[in-house]
Amino acid sequence: MDLSKEQLLEIDYFLRLTRTLEERLVALFRQSKVIGGLYRSLGQEGESVAAAYALDYAQGDVVQPLIRNLGSILVAGAKPADIIKQYMAKGDSPTRGRELNIHFGNPATDGFIGQISMLGDMIPVMAGIALAGRMQKRKLVTLAFIGDGGSSTGAFWEGLNFATVQKLPMVVIVENNAYAYSTPTEKQTAAKRLADKAVGVGARGETVDGNDVLAVYEATKAAVERARAGEGVTLLEVLTFRLKGHAEHDNQSYVPQEIIDEWRGKDAIDRFERKLLEDATATRAELDEIQQRAKREVDAATDEAERAPMPDGHEAGLGLLAGDGYWER
Amino acid sequence: MAETTYLDAITQAMSEEMARDERVFLIGEDVGLYGGAFGTSKGLIERFGAERVIDTPISEIAITGAASGAALMGMRPIAEMQFIDFITCAYDMLVNFTATNRYLYGRACPIVVRGPAGGGVHGGPFHSSNPEAMFMNRPGIKIVSPGTAYDAKGLLKAAIRDDDPVLFIEHKYLYRRIKEELPAEDYIVPIGKANIRRKGKDLTIITWSAMIYVAEEAADVLAKDGVSVEIVDLRSIIPFDEEAILSSVAKTNRCIILHEAPLTGGAGAEFAARIAEKAFDYLDAPIKRVAALDVPTPYSPPLEAFALPNRDKVLAAARELLAY
Repeated sequence: MDLSKEQLLEIDYFLRLTRTLEERLVALFRQSKVIGGLYRSLGQEGESVAAAYALDYAQGDVVQPLIRNLGSILVAGAKPADIIKQYMAKGDSPTRGRELNIHFGNPATDGFIGQISMLGDMIPVMAGIALAGRMQKRKLVTLAFIGDGGSSTGAFWEGLNFATVQKLPMVVIVENNAYAYSTPTEKQTAAKRLADKAVGVGARGETVDGNDVLAVYEATKAAVERARAGEGVTLLEVLTFRLKGHAEHDNQSYVPQEIIDEWRGKDAIDRFERKLLEDATATRAELDEIQQRAKREVDAATDEAERAPMPDGHEAGLGLLAGDGYWER
Repeated sequence: MAETTYLDAITQAMSEEMARDERVFLIGEDVGLYGGAFGTSKGLIERFGAERVIDTPISEIAITGAASGAALMGMRPIAEMQFIDFITCAYDMLVNFTATNRYLYGRACPIVVRGPAGGGVHGGPFHSSNPEAMFMNRPGIKIVSPGTAYDAKGLLKAAIRDDDPVLFIEHKYLYRRIKEELPAEDYIVPIGKANIRRKGKDLTIITWSAMIYVAEEAADVLAKDGVSVEIVDLRSIIPFDEEAILSSVAKTNRCIILHEAPLTGGAGAEFAARIAEKAFDYLDAPIKRVAALDVPTPYSPPLEAFALPNRDKVLAAARELLAY
């Protein structure tokens, strides 16, 4: 394990920041300050943070989240205030109110790019970003997230196949949380393991416990380094679970309560912190301080976002194409 | 410069832009070693190497998606659809991802998607279509459709240099049938400007791509009856030259919009509505559209010929307008 104490505490910080930020978004949602739906990653923060932590952003690596990977873009450098502004549709959000939740980010400068809603579309896009990096003689690696459901789409298959045959420096994480909205994986695919989808395209497939932060970090790091060395694509299946419904409006009554309880007992953040304490890598006081710090930052981000203005409706027709100066303002 | 075919004009545009700007690259099916199904990329892989002329799997979603991702990182990809009909396989990627980069996220996505459209070659329903209308109503992608070798080269260069996505619709019927003297020096044709191909005063035909020659045939016949037809070759569909359209209609007072795609919901419907809205007082007759029947393009020559617009259909429409 090549992680220092500082790095382990930093991972804990991102885990706590993710959960705290989402809890704040829930509070804002209940006050009707969040516009539209809210999608939590409760139960999946571990794999989102751990995988993204394995990238080297200084080399231009780019991570692409899906809706339950807020933690991944926080690791890449996304600001909590920007995320709250996105959810509140504010005029100075990174998309100036034009796009919602974590759909934002410039891969050339930010280290992350948010998704569009059509699942699987980002796989070919991330392959293209990796392709550009290679053409520009850079060593960047791209990391794409997809869900068990999303891996059924044509776009996923075309992107994975293209990236693999081109031996692009890319890692694809399939989050198998057993449900795509209300559809269990048995109805999604007959594949025994989602990692087996790699066989079909000639990529390397692996499965790992998605609620074991260090296991996800190690597996992703190895995949990223293989990619960077020109050894091609890894499809890394992480086994995890969604402790809440698809979105705040969904009570996931279709999931047996025993399964939810079982996974709550395997929560990644609890396990990670227990290990830090058991190994004496961190003290309770240090972990509490990290939680306090996360809360302070989320408080400050909330203040900033609540004070931000809504966009001016008159600007709705601007910024479609280059030339009107809208985005230069 | 020697006489250049419409096809070679496209090859030259790509070759010259790739030489001029190392960020430009071509990606598509059979574009490298084979030189393209029609030969549009002949010689490119030999000149620029496999890194910049990329042969892909049969994966229109991946071709357009990867090109879009590369464009976000500063590259200037040309994504080829072997037949433009297959762009429908990439429709989601293009309208939901490619087209929305700037409006939603302030990101430049300078990708060109190009491929051969059009019928008249007995290609059947899946190798003959004209897709401009299906992209017009999903904002964020420019659409150009040249009918001459000069415009093909100039517009493709303009498209490659454009900082936004451009759909470059070439016409397979024109590939080897059109030959023109082209300038030796570098030139572009600006996107959004029509060309008044033929000046006239009695009737305007607004058209583009292969239909400009059908318009010419009809104009020649009408000239014998002393009718002077003005042909406005739009060249760009989005953005289109509204000023050129309205000026021509203001001058001639009668207007036919001629396009090869089917009638209902075709691009001509937009231009007709625009003319009715902004040049109503100048019209001495209703606006007429001459377009294909509202059917998939059929394969057998007599069926295809009947389905597509032709000189006689334009003449019939013209005579109706002139007699109104």
